[in-house]
Amino acid sequence: MAENVFIALQNNPDAQPIIEAIIQDNEHAIVNESPGMVKIDCPKRLVIKRETVEEKLGREFELQDIHLTLISLSGNMDEDEDEIVLQWNF
Amino acid sequence: MTTKAKRLNMNQKYQLMTRGLDWETTYQDMDDVFPYDKYEGIKIKDWDKWQDPFRLTVDAYWKYQSEKERKLYAILDSVAQNNSQLSISDARYMNAVKIWMQGVTPLEYNAFRGFCTLGRGFRGAGARVACQFQAIDEMRHHQTQIHAFSHYNKFFNGMNQQSRIRDRAWYLSIPKSYFEDAMTAGPFEFITAISFSFEYVLTNLLFMPFVSGAAYNGDLATTTFGFSAQSDESRHMTLGLEIIKFMLEQHEDNVPIIQGWLDKWFWRGYRLLGLVGTMMDYMLPKKVMSWRQAWEIYWEENGVALFNDLARYGIKMPKHHETATKEKNRITHEFWSTIYQFSHATALYTWIPGNEELDWLSAEYGELFDTVYRPRYEYWKELDDKGERFFQERLPVVCNVCQIPIFHTMPDDPLKNCCLVSEYKGTKHQMCSEGCLDIFNNEPEKYCQAYIPPQQIYQGNCGGATLDDYRKWLHIRDEDTGEYYGSEDHQMWEKWKAQAGKPTDEAA
Ligand SMILES: [Fe+2]
Ligand SMILES: [Fe+2]
Ligand SMILES: [Zn+2]
Repeated sequence: MAENVFIALQNNPDAQPIIEAIIQDNEHAIVNESPGMVKIDCPKRLVIKRETVEEKLGREFELQDIHLTLISLSGNMDEDEDEIVLQWNF
Repeated sequence: MTTKAKRLNMNQKYQLMTRGLDWETTYQDMDDVFPYDKYEGIKIKDWDKWQDPFRLTVDAYWKYQSEKERKLYAILDSVAQNNSQLSISDARYMNAVKIWMQGVTPLEYNAFRGFCTLGRGFRGAGARVACQFQAIDEMRHHQTQIHAFSHYNKFFNGMNQQSRIRDRAWYLSIPKSYFEDAMTAGPFEFITAISFSFEYVLTNLLFMPFVSGAAYNGDLATTTFGFSAQSDESRHMTLGLEIIKFMLEQHEDNVPIIQGWLDKWFWRGYRLLGLVGTMMDYMLPKKVMSWRQAWEIYWEENGVALFNDLARYGIKMPKHHETATKEKNRITHEFWSTIYQFSHATALYTWIPGNEELDWLSAEYGELFDTVYRPRYEYWKELDDKGERFFQERLPVVCNVCQIPIFHTMPDDPLKNCCLVSEYKGTKHQMCSEGCLDIFNNEPEKYCQAYIPPQQIYQGNCGGATLDDYRKWLHIRDEDTGEYYGSEDHQMWEKWKAQAGKPTDEAA
């Protein structure tokens, strides 16, 4: 049954720490690279944690800054200061 | 000593901006102030349930948008300074850019117009704020695309009459009619059509595999504006899903109305995307992903997951989705075959794919391609080699709903043409599919008024009744049209390659 959520980011240095954080925090994440872009699929739920991105980046990070590299996403989305969650509720 | 005020969190800021800013009018009835948000039958009990999951505020919006623009224009400047048109894979690629400029960029402008209307039309302040941001985004997309293409317009044909042919060219009525159909509907249908069906369900197919393909084909300008626009788009998509859920949660009577719109706009969007699929399969000299594969990823996997999620509201998969999936192995070949035969009536060039490309298509599409489409291309190639390049002498019959030439085949028989007729008020209307026929029959009074370009042309309303008159009326020259090989674009490209010491098509 189709059940993946996904997020796609530009394949550039700004997105690298976000991508690394997603891989660390989502055990079942699958990374698909294509020219200029990285798409990450994950069954049912994917989380992006500010703290993990900050660890990778070595400085403070506001989650809304993801707008600068975000290409697309799918799933019900919720965002607060600490995390962005994409999920299906079935 | 002053103490620093405690910073508001995102949610508090968003609530402050979108709640309690407006008021219940007393001098005038609210229904007179907002006259359009009830007649479609959508019932809203509590507009405050409307949520923007990104909780974007004005200061954050300006901050991110200006940063995006700075990055984009730095790259566009360097594209111009470094003659980046020379880095594209092949000048045939530029025809995909022409379709974008001629057909897609005007949609951005219409999206701007539509969301301006909605930014005034809804009585909930949260909804109005979201639509106003989106209107500004869409204007930005329109402008940045024109800026990006203006560099290519210096070198390649077919880009210099954008606003004229947008309104006049028969084939551009395909995207144009899609948006005009939405804009002439009520505000809830518009937002379902554009934010949900188009942006959430379908634009991934345009902006992801295609723009990634632009990157692969060395088109830095399109890649950059494409991904820059798409970052706004992800906000629009998120909103699209929220809107659907909001309407569904507000009242159970809304469910069948929304299901009807999802059925209609899925089909209309899918038909429109056939063009994008054709750009991917045929106009990208270096291939990233076939239409079939993109359909499997973005519809069969991601789109279906979305509908699984909406099932709890009683929403079913959109009608005729099975047909769309059955067509995945043929739609782009049928489309390309059609454009190939009619490109003398467009500001585009077409060609028969080279052997390596045909092999790639065979590998992606298998037996059907080898038995039906490849022999057709090989036959046309033979004719071309004899100096008898094949063009149709007449314009095609187009579907009275999607306005695509009636070239589609029966869902279960790719060798049998599908043309369905509905008679309304004594006039026969032709449709390309059950999907379009349903749409027509649900709103015949609307579609019987559609402006159908080939009919208008042959009635002599478009500069005269011959193709020659018509081209003049479009302000496109013979040199802007027809076969790619031997065209002005091709000759210039060959000259550049020779100067750079690269192998030319002649030598290859
Ligand atoms: Fe847009
Ligand atoms: Fe948009
Ligand atoms: Zn149709």
